[in-house]
Amino acid sequence: MGLTKHSVGLGASAALDPQKAYSEDAVIALAGNPNVGKSTVFNALTGMHQHTGNWPGKTVACAQGRCVSDRHSFTLVDIPGTYSLSAHSAEEEIARDFLFFGEPDATVVVCDATCLLRNLHLVLQILECGARVVVCVNLLDEARKKQIEIDTDLLQERLGVPVVGVTARKKRTLAPLLGALDDCLETPIGAHGFCIPYPLEIETAIGIVENALDEHSLGRLDSRWVALRLLDGNEDLQKELSTYLGTDLSADERIRKALKEARLFLSDNAIDAISLGDLIVASVVSYAEHLMKDVVKQQKKDPLARDRKFDRILTGRLTGYPVMILLHLFIFWLTIRASNIPSELLSSLFFGALDHFSVFLLGLGLPHWTVSFVCDGVLRVLAWVVSVMLPPMAIFFPLFTLLEDSGYLPRVAYNLDRPFQRCQACGKQALSMCMGFGCNAAGVVGCRIIDSPRERLLAILTNSLVPCNGRFPALVTLITLFLIGSTTQANSLWSALILTLLIVLSVAATLLITKLLSQTVLKGIPSSFTLEMPPFRRPQIGQVLVRSIFDRTLFVLARSVAVAAPAGAVIWILANVSVGDATLLSHASDFLDPIARLLGMDGVILLAFILGFPANEIVIPIIVMSYRAQGSLADYGSLAELGELLRANGWTLTTALCVLIFFLFHWPCSTTLLTVKKETGSLKWTLLAAVLPTLLGMLLCFLIASFSKLLGG
Amino acid sequence: MQTIVGLNEIKIGDCAVVHELQNPPAMRQRLQDLGLIENTSVECIGKAPGGELSAYLIRGAVIAIRATDARSIRVLPCFPTANE
Repeated sequence: MGLTKHSVGLGASAALDPQKAYSEDAVIALAGNPNVGKSTVFNALTGMHQHTGNWPGKTVACAQGRCVSDRHSFTLVDIPGTYSLSAHSAEEEIARDFLFFGEPDATVVVCDATCLLRNLHLVLQILECGARVVVCVNLLDEARKKQIEIDTDLLQERLGVPVVGVTARKKRTLAPLLGALDDCLETPIGAHGFCIPYPLEIETAIGIVENALDEHSLGRLDSRWVALRLLDGNEDLQKELSTYLGTDLSADERIRKALKEARLFLSDNAIDAISLGDLIVASVVSYAEHLMKDVVKQQKKDPLARDRKFDRILTGRLTGYPVMILLHLFIFWLTIRASNIPSELLSSLFFGALDHFSVFLLGLGLPHWTVSFVCDGVLRVLAWVVSVMLPPMAIFFPLFTLLEDSGYLPRVAYNLDRPFQRCQACGKQALSMCMGFGCNAAGVVGCRIIDSPRERLLAILTNSLVPCNGRFPALVTLITLFLIGSTTQANSLWSALILTLLIVLSVAATLLITKLLSQTVLKGIPSSFTLEMPPFRRPQIGQVLVRSIFDRTLFVLARSVAVAAPAGAVIWILANVSVGDATLLSHASDFLDPIARLLGMDGVILLAFILGFPANEIVIPIIVMSYRAQGSLADYGSLAELGELLRANGWTLTTALCVLIFFLFHWPCSTTLLTVKKETGSLKWTLLAAVLPTLLGMLLCFLIASFSKLLGG
Repeated sequence: MQTIVGLNEIKIGDCAVVHELQNPPAMRQRLQDLGLIENTSVECIGKAPGGELSAYLIRGAVIAIRATDARSIRVLPCFPTANE
């Protein structure tokens, strides 16, 4: 779901509970394999700008939206992508439970035209339970590029349900889909009675059980399907089935006898529980193959040739890591370069305006302290956040999103799997780690794609070790000021290099802490997993830009402003209210000073980090504000003057280094911690999530500070 | 008579046909859901840095599987094309 206010923090939804906008809305489930453009279809139909991104597991919270056609109105529910309804991970369970037991009025199964056979597996599973289905074959443009043609009419004939071809990024192609949905809703439930043929022995067994079911009401579920699921014996599913039906079918005497008889019959024919499962899946797969005959026409011999060439470079044994690092280096460099000028411009604009504004307010006759409170306190911090923190974020987000949309992230997970495996974790942790670059809270939610609870916990606890977008500008600012000394062009490259180094450090820390955790509190062996590497797709650049600006940047801006304004007010109060012989600010920072000095920083910095708990973007502004309130320095506006301010307050290279490290490794922001609490449901793990990075940060800072004292004296 | 090997032994560029899945239930089901059932043809198209993870072409999609899991996927290598 990406970074929106619905996906993280207090408001995030964990399970599926469709809230109909209007009571006459039909509830439509939007299902499909991961990465088929389901969310693109969703966005196009509902107009909500949900972020998509091209990698399996992207949608983990459930988006809902409204849409109208000629004859009906719908509430669309975007379900996490899943390859099949035999659930493994938490998100797949959510999908399965909603599709089978949530009684959606209809289900649209979105398929990838370039991989239709595999996608059909899910379609058949859904059709079998008796649902009303519309098959939506998406990505027709990609198929055309690979010279793949789909005969949707033939497939429609064979399946008995509407099959509509679309290219979701072109909205106008979606009209037939709505029409098909209208038609579908007007056919009665269970009208088409879809049947997957199984081997004779299994059919007989199904018959035995189905007979025993005839006295029971099965809701909207097909009796043959229920019989199969009872035979299957999947406990989880049985529990959900019982909840749905209100009774435990397997407790019924007649059904129990029938099941026993059926299972006996099967074992007489050399079919035990495992082979039964195998045969059922194999039948679905073969039936899909059978239905697909002649539906797909492929002109090119090897449609994946282009992707394979890219992958040879991106994921080759020798080239994988260097290319990955270089790519990130490039993105950082671009971000730094491109945000320099807007930063300077915005700074001079806002701070200049502030001066005029305070003069204006004074002229109105407002008391001095009020004007100071508003201008020096609240507005100044705001100005700082918008002019210095925002430009790098506004540039990094779209770049990162373009990468995501193109399908690059699974390649990162592919490359990083080995180190993660050695730390007893899952390669998918690399994916949630990458999400953490955008926002740690979103990264924590993204851990839902990891099946094993132990590995999911590992990923959640270590997610904040990677700097999120909110910390990014602070890192860049400090690097530019202290490690480089200026903001000229050539030095952007050096800044980018050091930033890349810091990121590498973060990743190393993630691996280290993961290993540590898996040898102490979270012992276990790495679980099995598969990683799909989707074909590269051309990202929709225009859409990404618009979405990045409105969705992400504005969201972060709004949050920063909501947090920065009060923070500025608090600092102003602390700095201007005196108790005893010193301001509250001095008291606070003096109190923290001894600890802070040990860590190579000072009381003001530590206080700023503490106050920056709600949002990391405001830490540097708070530091600046506090110094300014304490000291006698005249006004400043540009980055260079900021450097002077810091140095005048005792900042050395060591200080900068320690602050940088502490920025990487300290407690997660409040939104992230709230999200961790929600995802883990446990106070204990949430505390650990806060303590771990902090301890690491303190340790490293202590070492750096002590080392530097040894050297410098 | 061809020998049955683990999928992990298939080199880049070579194909094989699935003979049997010996993986534990959860992984087995996941593989089957991806279309890896008996008599499915698989091609190895890459190996990750580190050597543990490999990418396979399964029914038109590229899926990466670890060597430890691939070892339990028993396959029959396809006859190599005339030695070049």
